[in-house]
Amino acid sequence: MNSAIPPRRRGLTWAQKDSVWGYAFVTPQLVGFTVFVLIPIVSVFLFSMESRNLLSGKVSFIGLDNYATMFGKDPLFWKTIGNTLVFSAGLVPFNIALALLLANLLARALAGITFFRAVFFAPVITASVAWAIVWQFLLQGERGPINQFLAVLGLNGPDWLRTEGWAMAAVIFSRVIKTVGLNTVIFLAALKNIPSELVEAAQIDGANRAQVFRKITLPLLAPTTMLVTVITVIGSLQVFDHIVLLTQGGPANSTFVLVYYIYFQAFKVFETGYASSLAVVLFVIALTLTLVQWALRRRFVYNEV
Amino acid sequence: MKSSLPRSPSQRRFAALRHWRAYLVMALMSVPFVFPFWWMISSSVKGLNDIFAFPPPLFPANPNWSNFVDVFSYQPFARQYANSLFISTVVTIGVMLIASLSGYAYARISFRGRNGFFLLVLCALMIPAEVTIIPNFRTMTAFDWVNTHIPLIIIPIFGAGSVFGTFMMRQFFLQLPREIEESGMLDGLNRFGIFVRIALPLARPALGALAVLTFLSSWNAYLEPLLYVNDLPLFTLPLALANFVDAYGTPLWHLQLAATTLAVVPVLLVYVFAQRQIIDSFMQTGVKG
Repeated sequence: MNSAIPPRRRGLTWAQKDSVWGYAFVTPQLVGFTVFVLIPIVSVFLFSMESRNLLSGKVSFIGLDNYATMFGKDPLFWKTIGNTLVFSAGLVPFNIALALLLANLLARALAGITFFRAVFFAPVITASVAWAIVWQFLLQGERGPINQFLAVLGLNGPDWLRTEGWAMAAVIFSRVIKTVGLNTVIFLAALKNIPSELVEAAQIDGANRAQVFRKITLPLLAPTTMLVTVITVIGSLQVFDHIVLLTQGGPANSTFVLVYYIYFQAFKVFETGYASSLAVVLFVIALTLTLVQWALRRRFVYNEV
Repeated sequence: MKSSLPRSPSQRRFAALRHWRAYLVMALMSVPFVFPFWWMISSSVKGLNDIFAFPPPLFPANPNWSNFVDVFSYQPFARQYANSLFISTVVTIGVMLIASLSGYAYARISFRGRNGFFLLVLCALMIPAEVTIIPNFRTMTAFDWVNTHIPLIIIPIFGAGSVFGTFMMRQFFLQLPREIEESGMLDGLNRFGIFVRIALPLARPALGALAVLTFLSSWNAYLEPLLYVNDLPLFTLPLALANFVDAYGTPLWHLQLAATTLAVVPVLLVYVFAQRQIIDSFMQTGVKG
């Protein structure tokens, strides 16, 4: 591995000593990782086969009963899965389309463009709790600032966070605005890697802006788009702060999503066994998405810019 | 395309004017991004009664600065602020330490089992931390560490924080030319010496990016503090912000928005001055996978 001549000292070669250093370097991380990530992932599977109440401490092994309950007897579970799907299906395309649009706007060499980039990115560095609190204020029923503005236009805004349908839409919207800046700068970096000759050649051939975008920009962005999509989907599965602060799963359980339901079962109802089986569902979904990404990545490998 | 290459400043200004449509679109798009910040700041100096006044003044005529005082008497807000600063600082230092060591080893040192270990870490990168909250909560209960700051410090350092950090630092060290380190070997340095004297000083940009990401994610964390901390004096900022409510759980908006302003504005100020570095740090999250 190295061209240096290893000096022999006390029987161990430089390379042998080096591998000892290797273990020493990774040990702190690896021990912590084992205790706080690896063992917990394994034990969450074991816990999911228990009936355990956090308060009473009662434990019994019940095999796959939690899963039977989950799939067969818990309507709130299916409601949660449906809501999570609606949330992701609403958030991900909106987020990615908006990020692409903003990145294309920001890619132009105009005066003051860094100011706009800073504006679109500012919510990313803001605490999601702070962001959600402000939106909770803005989205109030009759007295909320958004509805007061709508009233000026002669529109009668709903009680956003207490109306079924609107509550989910409001959570999605506030969350997209909070996170879209990150995807925007990732797209922006990828856009800057596209060789300008390609775009110029197409323009000389008479392609208009829309054609250049569809035939050149979008295909070349494909690997980035896929990565961003997977990250955004997994991120959308993790939404929690916005739910707690804006809706607490309501109205009529219409915003109960997976992580909130895990939290609810484990730390509100104290059924940690059942909550663990929900966590297993989250694990399986995230793992599947990651594997899909790895599989798809092979197909895109030749396109990588 | 000749016309789009302005030569003199006046021509450039003319070019900027020619793109008025792009500016208009961007200005309109900025509204939902700017409006919450503006409303948060202007409402933070309103009284509870005129917080809903309409039409709203751009900035209140008689700013009610006392909100910023009341925030500190309603709950131990200064203490909570200090808690967040302390926890985020310790987590950041811990992650930088552990992740730079392991990231370097995975990039540079050959030892048996290296690829296997790294593959494990890589797999964990995409697994949401929420999967492990229940087992970790039980571990912390077993150690009697619930209602202390210990879980808020060690779980991010050893869990998701150092998983991502290890990956990021490895990527950085991989692209560092080996020749630089070989001179250290010839000088008789052992691996630790090469790491501390040669590799680490060169890794300053990557370490800075890691520090920004780690600090903000700890500073903004909500789920773990919500689970582990019950007493007001132990609260972190996000918990404290959500806690400006009356006995019925109705938000005391004037206090809540004043507290939120106090929590958000310092971060925004740092961001204004270090925009480039902060955005670049976040772009590191786009290279994973």
